[in-house]
Amino acid sequence: MRDVTRPLAIKLLFGLAALAAIAGSVAVGQTQAPYEVEGRKSGYLFMTPATRSLQDDEFQNPGMFIVERGRDLWNRAEGPDGKSCASCHGDAEASMPGVAARYPVFDPAANGLVNLEMRINAERAAHMKAPPLKYESEDLLALTTYISMQSRGQPVNVAIDGPAQPFFEQGKTFYETRRGQLDLSCGQCHEDRVGMKLRGDVISQGQLNGFPIHRLSWRAMLSRHRIFAWCNTSVRSEPYELGSPEYLALELYVAWRGRGLPIEAPAVRR
Amino acid sequence: MLELAKTILAAAVLALSAAACGAADLAAYRVENGGVAAPLTDEPGNPARGRQIVRDMGHVTCLICHRMPIPEEPDHGEIGPSLEGVGSRLSVAQLRLRLIDSKQVNPDSVMPSYYRTGGFTRIGAQFEGRPIYSAQQIEDVVAYLALLKDK
Repeated sequence: MRDVTRPLAIKLLFGLAALAAIAGSVAVGQTQAPYEVEGRKSGYLFMTPATRSLQDDEFQNPGMFIVERGRDLWNRAEGPDGKSCASCHGDAEASMPGVAARYPVFDPAANGLVNLEMRINAERAAHMKAPPLKYESEDLLALTTYISMQSRGQPVNVAIDGPAQPFFEQGKTFYETRRGQLDLSCGQCHEDRVGMKLRGDVISQGQLNGFPIHRLSWRAMLSRHRIFAWCNTSVRSEPYELGSPEYLALELYVAWRGRGLPIEAPAVRR
Repeated sequence: MLELAKTILAAAVLALSAAACGAADLAAYRVENGGVAAPLTDEPGNPARGRQIVRDMGHVTCLICHRMPIPEEPDHGEIGPSLEGVGSRLSVAQLRLRLIDSKQVNPDSVMPSYYRTGGFTRIGAQFEGRPIYSAQQIEDVVAYLALLKDK
């Protein structure tokens, strides 16, 4: 979209970067996975040009406020030992690229899946002796967004084999199960009816690569599990707890559905 | 047989005004020849009320999925077929069954069952035991849809 307005020299530079990426030698941070991979489409492609440019412009993207907060939290010492995330991980821009793209992961200690939010809290507990941040709190959203942003452009690449496999299957079953009084499965809309209009909205593929997102209609940031809960509630189904094993399994399955799509956090959605 | 299997005998008594205390009993109805011929209520359906009901966001508005001759509402959905002229295509009995439980017509339908209380997975607590529409609302909407004739 924006390429149209770029001078030729910059386009050439981008072309070279793309070539370098193919060669596998591009520096981290320059990768830009495409918004569509083998028919899998980022929610970005379902947005209006105005919403897309809001996301693309870091000075206008409303999700950038929380990134600032995330950066502060990353460096803020908490707990009795006066440690921060940075005490162990240093500069997030150096240590965190690629991390968000492979979550959720199987964690042997938890003997189950953990996502980025839960990993943040586990690390805080283990190494900082700091209290957990509440799911969907401003602080946890801020840190999750800040860390996710370090993977911007990198392709979603979750492991679904080995110990993760049964959780993947569980998530797939969740995705395909009709639920709630409206008796709809995730896939009946987000696979079978993509691109069709539901009232004024165009149904997207329900991909997760943009999360945490700034949702314009709510004027708020929200996590992957928060949108699951909202979707469940919308079909008049009882939502699960954010961070529940059910939503973790669903998160793995849905992340896999969007494999190869770029991490966009903080994406802007309607 | 199939007709018998399709015959739903829900709780006997008709709860016209949904009780404030807990689940409303469903009116019994009988599926024959792809439709439900008998009204669910003694009071005839009121098409003006029906038109209000189908527009109401609080009642899972039909406009989410269907185009309807309701020009004052924006953004009609396109998931299901247009309901313009549906009264010419379907009989009152067919309309009634599709509203009560469209899955008895097509198990793969994504249209919600507006007058069913069983067989759901993890239904929201506040919706447990209550149909989306009351029997009278079904009748009102059927009366409205029946008037949507081809011009």
